[in-house]
Amino acid sequence: MSTPYAKLPAWADYGLIPFFNLVVAFVVAGLVVLLVGENPFRAAAIMVEGAFGSGRNIAYTLFYSTSFIFTGLAVAVAFHGGLFNIGGEGQAYIGGLGVALVCLSFDSILPWWLTFPLAVLGAAGIGAAWAFIPAYLQARRGSHIVITTIMFNFIAASLMVYLLVGALKPLSSMAPQTRTFAPGGQLPKLNWLIELFGGTVRSSPFNLSFLLALFCAFLVWLLIWRTRLGYEIRTQGFSAKAARYAGIGETRIVLVTMMVSGALAGMMALNPVMGDQGRLQLDFVAGAGFVGIAVALMGRSHPAGIVPAAILFGMLYQGGAELAFEMPNISRDMIVIIQGLVILFAGALENMFRPSIQTLFASLGAQSSGVSASSSERA
Amino acid sequence: MAETAIELVGINKSFGAVHANRDIHLEIPRGTIHGIVGENGAGKSTLMSILYGFYQADSGEIRVDGKPVTIATPNDAIATGIGMVHQHFMLVQNFTVVENVILGAEGEALLNSSIANARSELARLEREYGLEVAPDAIVEELPVGLQQRVEILKALYRGAEILILDEPTGVLTPAEADHLFRILSQLKAEGKTIVLITHKLREIMAITDNVSVMRQGQMVATRKTADTSVEELAELMVGRHVLLRVEKGEKERGEVKLSVKNLTVKDSRGVTMVSDVSFDVRAGEIVGIAGVAGNGQSELLETIAGIRKAQSGTVHLDGAPIDVTGAADPAELRARGLAHVPEDRHHVGLVLSFEEYENSILGYHDDPAYLKGPFLDIEAIRADARAKIASYDIRPANERLKTANFSGGNQQKIVLAREIEKDPGVLIVGQPTRGVDVGAIEFIHKRLIAMRDAGKAVLLISVELDEIRALSDRILVIFDGRIVGERDAGATEGELGLLMAGVENQEAAE
Amino acid sequence: MESFNTLIVVLDSTVRLSIPLLLACLAGLYSERAGVFDIGLEGKMLAGAFAAGAAAAVYGSAWAGLGAAILVSGFLALVHGFASITHRGNQIVSGVAINFIAAGSTIILGQAWFSQGGRTPSLDAESRFGAITLPFAEAVQDIPVIGYTYYELISGHSALTYFAFAMVFVTWWVLFRTRFGLRMRAVGENPAAVDTAGISVPWLRYRAVLITGVLCGFAGSYLALAQNAGFVKDMTAGKGYIALAALIFAKWRPVPAMFACLLFGFLDALAIRLQGTPLPVVGRVPAQLFQALPYILTVILLAGFIGKAIPPRAGGIPYVKER
Repeated sequence: MSTPYAKLPAWADYGLIPFFNLVVAFVVAGLVVLLVGENPFRAAAIMVEGAFGSGRNIAYTLFYSTSFIFTGLAVAVAFHGGLFNIGGEGQAYIGGLGVALVCLSFDSILPWWLTFPLAVLGAAGIGAAWAFIPAYLQARRGSHIVITTIMFNFIAASLMVYLLVGALKPLSSMAPQTRTFAPGGQLPKLNWLIELFGGTVRSSPFNLSFLLALFCAFLVWLLIWRTRLGYEIRTQGFSAKAARYAGIGETRIVLVTMMVSGALAGMMALNPVMGDQGRLQLDFVAGAGFVGIAVALMGRSHPAGIVPAAILFGMLYQGGAELAFEMPNISRDMIVIIQGLVILFAGALENMFRPSIQTLFASLGAQSSGVSASSSERA
Repeated sequence: MAETAIELVGINKSFGAVHANRDIHLEIPRGTIHGIVGENGAGKSTLMSILYGFYQADSGEIRVDGKPVTIATPNDAIATGIGMVHQHFMLVQNFTVVENVILGAEGEALLNSSIANARSELARLEREYGLEVAPDAIVEELPVGLQQRVEILKALYRGAEILILDEPTGVLTPAEADHLFRILSQLKAEGKTIVLITHKLREIMAITDNVSVMRQGQMVATRKTADTSVEELAELMVGRHVLLRVEKGEKERGEVKLSVKNLTVKDSRGVTMVSDVSFDVRAGEIVGIAGVAGNGQSELLETIAGIRKAQSGTVHLDGAPIDVTGAADPAELRARGLAHVPEDRHHVGLVLSFEEYENSILGYHDDPAYLKGPFLDIEAIRADARAKIASYDIRPANERLKTANFSGGNQQKIVLAREIEKDPGVLIVGQPTRGVDVGAIEFIHKRLIAMRDAGKAVLLISVELDEIRALSDRILVIFDGRIVGERDAGATEGELGLLMAGVENQEAAE
Repeated sequence: MESFNTLIVVLDSTVRLSIPLLLACLAGLYSERAGVFDIGLEGKMLAGAFAAGAAAAVYGSAWAGLGAAILVSGFLALVHGFASITHRGNQIVSGVAINFIAAGSTIILGQAWFSQGGRTPSLDAESRFGAITLPFAEAVQDIPVIGYTYYELISGHSALTYFAFAMVFVTWWVLFRTRFGLRMRAVGENPAAVDTAGISVPWLRYRAVLITGVLCGFAGSYLALAQNAGFVKDMTAGKGYIALAALIFAKWRPVPAMFACLLFGFLDALAIRLQGTPLPVVGRVPAQLFQALPYILTVILLAGFIGKAIPPRAGGIPYVKER
């Protein structure tokens, strides 16, 4: 009676149900396409072509995916600790400050490969610090972390506007952005990586931080499933009572989990700021922090699921841009709808199909084990 | 008007494989107080839930005033004139008394007149039954006894002729309980029928007209209270179980390993759960704490294990104090050789979504044997888990299986293996065989005896009296948070049953 | 006199900026009082604004706009109810999803239907909620202080503004003087008590969530049909979250909610008015500080440094019958 749902085989639990949820999300998205008078199948074809049709397209797809890997990992780590970090957007935004401060200070003194690790520290450090405050308020003062992190998104936005129209803006400029970093503050592109596989990329923002994102995915896997700390985080996330029984300090776990989450979100800033634009500008996060929620839900909070989910969303982002050329009625904002639908069906409604699938499995199971059931009844 | 207020005919109810109510027949005469007693899990609450419309019986019939009725929802029950006072009050804490009373029985869409009606009705009920309580008081600011009175008022306000009270005195002080009984007598005098569910036999003797005993889902006897005795009821309640046979040799007791002195523990509501408890557990003995569930044994166990804070008192482990009133840490206690098998293995002792091997280190994840620097030594942990699976015969023998997929007995073996194999000096165990199949029970009992024979101190808490009697070298009986008696292993069931039911200590009476 | 008139002008714009907050805040109050957290106020308001702008443009009637806004926002509220009441999903996740669906579809549909870069066509005075001049307002406008205040501050707002203020008291009355209000407050605190009293928990919660949807429709209509002349993409710009902050700030009570929204509106009005003008004593205050102040104040409140905001006890927890 304590578990509301009966057992399902693991492949149904981790494969079939998420698959159904995704299919429904995309069917509904297809209906929206239909509603604006376009053919959803053609739209899907254009999207896939736009995302993978050429080396350049692939490079763009992976560029967007890079940001989503970081933010998806950030949300996932918090999920493992039983926390909902909705503040990835703000942590990433403020993380850009860390990147920019490092780059502005060292870009003309140091080569990029020395600036880069410092920028990583800057981004991760400031992102973690920004996440620390809501974590502390939850652990020690009982504030609800969801509300506090939402509030911190807005506070971060105001703070960044203040800095970008003030202290960080060169005197001579009108635009609310920093000066462009010297080559010591810019990451090398990874276009050669795609050309290695035969694609041609003339120019794209695809850069080194993609490899860092993959490395972080590995580190997160290592942290969550292979370290003592990860073990403690998962225990706390699954059952606070069991954690207490095992002598795991709740405050420490909440603080550490949120700081790791914030650090990952903060590192997202490396991709656009240091890898693409070469300067800090307004709104560079552009919703990637929120995409992370969809990516984490879809990837079931496992790096092996998050990386493909992030690539799927990168594909939607890049493909969506191409789609806008072909179908004037559809803009890249289509992705926002899909993102919402994925969050709805893979997150809030994740159990919608469970009862019917269970009934299906139960009836299949009853047929195959009918004989043994009746014999045990007699006994 | 019919003589019989409620008649139950052949009520059956199963939850999966558990037959919670088995062919129940019961007649409750109008205008009487009828007690229903039984051990935890005897099926009392299920029966009352069927009567109040929470559950539907699988078969059988309910008759109220001689007429068959269908009670599908609490609404039907209320309409039939059945009211219920729940063990955990169904009150809105930040509402006033009068708001709570009218909730669901407002009468009309606007509150003004319903509140006015309720006020005059409350005044009437106060006059007639002595149920005084300030209508505008906020419920959460009232003492527990008055909150319960609000529950009774709710039922009466809805015109209840039959009032069911589920363990009503569990949270009350003796004075509050006495007051409750006066109210119940008054209600009876006015012709109301009262069903009192309790495990406290003293209350049954004091107030009921008739009493029915439930055991293992069955209604085993109904007696006139005047014609029965506490002894008979205790025996009926516990039943003549086949005594569990556990091979147990003599064992010399050693030094004091665990010493509890004047321990007092309150819960989050400020209710005293453990009251001035003192005892010692020595090396080479099993001390069993017998008692009906909810008498403070859970809180006692958690406090010793460092999970719950005590208000006062001391606990010493191997002569050194445990900071039970302050920062006792379960991890530190484990390192000092105190192992703990918790009562609730599903939410406390195990993380059900973990793979088996992950649970095999829960609480011992700081042990260097399982670590390589900050990393888990997965190979070592799995090898260790496989060894425990083999020596405890845990099935299926697969350390990568999700823990939720093991049966209750095997889950308990996972916990037991983890706690015992660290070779602790003191083992505290709560409900070791609850929800465990017969084969595993025997295995678990043998392991606990082996711990004792190896010179360890074992503190055992169980609501299964058989288990306590079969395993313990000494038996302490807990009632209402206090240790009310100590007996040796030879104590009879009847003797312990009386103590557990809160009947005065016989020695004191003699 | 000059400074008094300035004050009145600032207060007048405070009212204008507060109304969408107030409507959304009252909307959220119903849902959250019934135990269903709603961080999707933003999305419902945005979808409502779009529906209002679109329908008003097509049918040339503000009322058609309002009706469409209520329908669309109400539908999204039902989606939230379906996820969080029927399927006991995570209420936060559901709210986030609704915000994205609204943000994306308003732009896509707006572009597809009107091809004006996500805007709806500009509305003429007929299809908007125009200013209502209260009786005698023009006659008394030259009387100093009182007459001027009446003319400038009290009179001259749209019907939706007066509706919003009326709703504060209606909400108070519903909450504390009606059977529905009593049950709604009860279900947000202890659904088991409501269930055992024989009242359906889901039906009660659905009704509360639906009211939230309707009021968010009003909030969106105000943005598109009163404050502006049509829908502009992302026109809520975080107002749904400020409304949520105001709701927390008001500790889920209607009259304090009004004051919280007026306070947050005032901060906004002040930021616009000052635009870098130095204040006495503190000197220049950056506009961004005013923008962030509602959020900062809410965080401080939530942390228990100024009073304690205790949410409805059953909020965010799906109700599962279990005994």
